Amino acid sequence: MRINDVILRTVVRFVVFIILTLAIYLFFAGHYSPGGGFIGGLVIASAFVLLYVTFDIEKVKKGIPVDFKKVAALGVFLAVGTGFGSVLFGVDFLTQAAKKFHIPLLGEKELGTVMLFELGVALTVVGVVMTIIVSIAEGDGD
Amino acid sequence: METLMILLIGVLVSVATYLVLSRNVIRVILGTAVLSHAVHLLILTIGEVKKGEAPLLGNQTADGPYTDALPQALILTAIVISFAVTAFVLVLAFRAYKTNGTDDLEKLRGDEYD
Amino acid sequence: MTNLMAMPLVLPILMAVLLIFLRNYRYVQRVLVVVTLLVMIGMSIVLLQHVHTDGILRLDFGGWQPPFGILFVADPFAVLLVLIATIVTLFCMVYAFSSFSARYERMFAYPLMLLMLAGVNGSFLTGDIFNLFVCFEVMLLASYALIALGGRTEQLRESLKYVITNIIASWLFLVAIAFLYGTIGTLNMAHIAQRVQEVGSDPLITTIALFFLIVFALKGGLLLFFWLPGSYSVPPVPIAAMFGALLTKVGMYAIIRTFTLMFTAQPEITHQLITIMAIITLIAGSLGALAYRDIRQIAAFNVIIGVGFVLLALGANNEAAYAGAIYYMMHDMVGKAMLFLICGTMIYLTKQERYDDMSGLIRHYPLFGWMFLVVMVSLTGMPPFSGFVGKVMMGEGLVASGSYVSLAIGFGASVIILYSLLRVMLHAIFGETMIADEDKVKLPKPMLLSIVVLGAVSLYLGTSAEMVLPYVTDAARVLADPSIYIEAILGK
Repeated sequence: MRINDVILRTVVRFVVFIILTLAIYLFFAGHYSPGGGFIGGLVIASAFVLLYVTFDIEKVKKGIPVDFKKVAALGVFLAVGTGFGSVLFGVDFLTQAAKKFHIPLLGEKELGTVMLFELGVALTVVGVVMTIIVSIAEGDGD
Repeated sequence: METLMILLIGVLVSVATYLVLSRNVIRVILGTAVLSHAVHLLILTIGEVKKGEAPLLGNQTADGPYTDALPQALILTAIVISFAVTAFVLVLAFRAYKTNGTDDLEKLRGDEYD
Repeated sequence: MTNLMAMPLVLPILMAVLLIFLRNYRYVQRVLVVVTLLVMIGMSIVLLQHVHTDGILRLDFGGWQPPFGILFVADPFAVLLVLIATIVTLFCMVYAFSSFSARYERMFAYPLMLLMLAGVNGSFLTGDIFNLFVCFEVMLLASYALIALGGRTEQLRESLKYVITNIIASWLFLVAIAFLYGTIGTLNMAHIAQRVQEVGSDPLITTIALFFLIVFALKGGLLLFFWLPGSYSVPPVPIAAMFGALLTKVGMYAIIRTFTLMFTAQPEITHQLITIMAIITLIAGSLGALAYRDIRQIAAFNVIIGVGFVLLALGANNEAAYAGAIYYMMHDMVGKAMLFLICGTMIYLTKQERYDDMSGLIRHYPLFGWMFLVVMVSLTGMPPFSGFVGKVMMGEGLVASGSYVSLAIGFGASVIILYSLLRVMLHAIFGETMIADEDKVKLPKPMLLSIVVLGAVSLYLGTSAEMVLPYVTDAARVLADPSIYIEAILGK
């Protein structure tokens, strides 16, 4: 017997986008205030998990056709790669740079290579969390 | 505040020890998770729990006591690591349960012919 | 230039990530692995030369000056171990090329092995105690995955115990770090050493030192080795060889590093205790090596004997003993990798695990049989192989400090190693052959090649001692006199 989950399905469609927006906010807030790649990544992963809980795995896989192991790998690559970038410029490993930019509509904002590092962390977290949850849910895989 | 924290850490460690010593794999894993929370609190307590200014460069206007930021950085790292390890062990325990057909550590000893 | 120091950690991680994307291209993976490891070996040699001429180097991550930032320190001891670890990994990988099935290669075995190497190298190079914890965890996470890879029943059973033991040990590590930070207020190893020297012999610091000793003893298999034989005998051969060669060495390195640099105030308690633990380890390891007939167990107990022998040096606490310990550690990495590979190959060839079920391997595989002789002679510590130099220097150091009990037991254990391996040799290698000509399993060339090359490395370390010795004595000088290390980090 299928359980009646109309409310869940309807609510999730909206809530997922709210969660993803929150994740993006947290990610960018992490520069000088609480937030950052790790938390942002976890929140994104929680949105995905909500999708998995509401709809069945096959359907979500069709919607988000990514191999989460590769997402995690890409994340690690970005995070370590930013450190490697500083080697190319001849400064100490992992040295970060930041510069103020004028962005239309947003005004004066500081952008730094830390952002790329944090993006790497976020991707790693999403990848690892989703890999683990999916592999437990499917009952096989590695 | 410190005394309260120390008491809490003590309670957590005793609970965790009880869990780790049980025969059920899941309880052992929960025990290790509680242990890691206890040590995070310990690091926080040892870095002196007090309210102070954020120790940022360019924040010279505030001349109050500054909070030591290092324990928080350590805790964040430790949380990430313990999160990864716990997640991995959960998967491992699940797989071990499926292949060995038991979650009882007494039965996972290995036979005497090994 | 100093960025070269980060490479033994960064290169394997980057390459491991790249290999995950190349999951289905087995041959590309193999080529990339070999090229990466060769490049790393080259870099380590350059770095070693550099450290030899210019003294200890440091790399401040992100430009944060010590004692505030995290840093890597390239002292001769660390760089020598990085070099040998990379060489050993290369040949374990070459062996793996012919022993791994395609299924294993698709399950990220190579990336995980590279990640483990990254963790090992990071642990050797780091100059920050919390960073040491992080590198330990990188190494351990990779090893958790490697030990369970394949998912056979006994693998999952043993891995669960291994993982839980190590989680508890890591927890103790964090507790020790918390107490240390609360007492000393810094995490930079050189800075800790400086402050401990200022405080003098403080019972609180000695207690913390004992905490660290428990942690590293668990990881290095010093006395607390109950988890080791079980978990080292379940993974596939090349992975077991990497475990036997590298994992305990990291624990030993951490003990030697912390107790020569940081916790030197009360040697009559800490160093004495380490000596007692080392002696018990030697005796227990010897008994284990004699008791078992399963050759993987014999190999595992040989690892334990090696741990005990190296850590006798801390009791002697002089330059000759440290030089011996460093030389012996380098030798032990090569020798143990070779021993595990040979034992694994014997099981592969005969499908038996107990040596009394095997016989006459030398008839079909003459070169392989001689390699067993090489590894036996090398591990026993006879010339012209590498164990000899280390044992002689260690003996000199122990005599100089008057620790005759350690000396007797350390060298007695060598006889036990000889006996335990000689038994295997007489039964399994010599004697009537049990394999009929038509049942003969072909021994793949890469397997034999990696064993032979490791034997050659051992021979090189033994015969060209005068080439290697300047670096080793350099390293030993730093261990015997921590002020050189502190000066190099905080002086500039």
